[in-house]
Amino acid sequence: MKIELDFLAVLAQWPLLAKGVVWTLALTALSAVLGGIVGVACAWARAYGAKPLAWAAATYVELVRNTPFIVQLFFVFFGLPAAGVKLTPEIASIIAMVVNLGAYATEIIRAGLDATPRGQYDAAKALGLNRLQMFRLVVLPPALSKVWPAMVSQIVIVMLGSAVCGQISTEELSYAANLIQSRNFRAFESFIIAGAIYLALAIGVRKLLGWVGPRFLFGASAKAGAR
Amino acid sequence: MQFTRSHSLLTRILLAAAGIFALAASAQSNAQTALDDIMKSKEIKIAIPTDFPPYGFVGPDLKPQGLDIDMANYIASKLGAKIELVIVTSANRIPYLQTKKADLVISTLGKNAEREKVIDFTAAYSPFFQAVFGPKNVSVKTAADLTGKSIGVTRGAIEDMELTKIAPTGADVKRFEDNNATVSAFVSGQTTLMATGASVAGNMMARNPNLSAEYKFVLKDSPNYIGVGKGEDKLRLKVNEIIAAAKAAGDLDKMAQKWLGRPAGDLPN
Repeated sequence: MKIELDFLAVLAQWPLLAKGVVWTLALTALSAVLGGIVGVACAWARAYGAKPLAWAAATYVELVRNTPFIVQLFFVFFGLPAAGVKLTPEIASIIAMVVNLGAYATEIIRAGLDATPRGQYDAAKALGLNRLQMFRLVVLPPALSKVWPAMVSQIVIVMLGSAVCGQISTEELSYAANLIQSRNFRAFESFIIAGAIYLALAIGVRKLLGWVGPRFLFGASAKAGAR
Repeated sequence: MQFTRSHSLLTRILLAAAGIFALAASAQSNAQTALDDIMKSKEIKIAIPTDFPPYGFVGPDLKPQGLDIDMANYIASKLGAKIELVIVTSANRIPYLQTKKADLVISTLGKNAEREKVIDFTAAYSPFFQAVFGPKNVSVKTAADLTGKSIGVTRGAIEDMELTKIAPTGADVKRFEDNNATVSAFVSGQTTLMATGASVAGNMMARNPNLSAEYKFVLKDSPNYIGVGKGEDKLRLKVNEIIAAAKAAGDLDKMAQKWLGRPAGDLPN
């Protein structure tokens, strides 16, 4: 059997693909920033927060990490309207992705916090820093620096996971590929192209975050903390 | 000796096969008697679906009901015959007719050239269609009214193709993976309208009466016909008479209104 590939039929739909790429990147960027913040907050709560707070954060983490992403997404999009909360597919996707990434980020960052040597806390206390200053200036930067590769991996995983957001009609890259193949029946070519784009995006995002992290997130102060 | 015995067995098999062919041929030759047989025995076998609401499905009393069942009963009563419902699926409804397990097939059967080679069709008796559905309080009459509204549709389905052709640029068409997701999105209020087939919409409306959803406008019509055995012209013409009378009396409209939420309209003969 000979398969004839016609990539031009798919590439002719480039505006759809381009829109898909923009949405995939936008979803990833927003969920990375917001999910990172959620992760730091919950990691703090689990490590240093009051008992009920630590317990709430732990429950959140276990709930999210032990259920499939698509179930979380459907819960937000199809389930919440029953409680009177109606969201657009895009907002529902972002919420689901932030909630998902936040839980994984919590555990990743907590591992970094645990790895901070005791002596640094004592030194920070000796310098008269309050608890927030100690966390923000002394504990967090080296912790982030240690776990940054794991964090970047998780962000890339969430980006690839955003492919299921097309199920609720968010017009990301997989949605575009699916729509194109349902129109011209070039399924093989559609998904080869989508796969290649995802590969390029994943490598690009990994490189970008590897560059951004040390420079803007934990670079100078991390070094200061280590010094 | 053994050779002779197996040879005679082979001969018998061949003879039996020839006999079956002869029987089949004779069945073919007196194929025009279906109507006479029905009138004589006062019994008619009609094939109906039970997996295709609202045309045919199993009700809470475990008995088949739906538009096709109503139509089957209607025709049987006009013929003055006792009805025997034969439950079929989409795949076996034509073979049931060919093998005379049913005299008529009333099972959301669409007409096309391939099918016309093996069975005959009466006039159309009910509409099947892809349409836009939505709540009563949302005013939508034509494609132009879709501007600014969200419409859920199953990606790649016939209704998606039709809707994409006519939807104005301001319409927010949301495409879902399958009918279940499209229905869920509409039922949960995530889309204002939905475009789907009559069957899916009828089922959704029956289960969610609180949504007060209704038919808005049609995207594509593909009416249903009653199938009769090839060459059963007497039966076909008799059924056509009944359909024409039912159309004139408004009974077809009543049935369509009851099950599909819209009149039968102008059905092709």
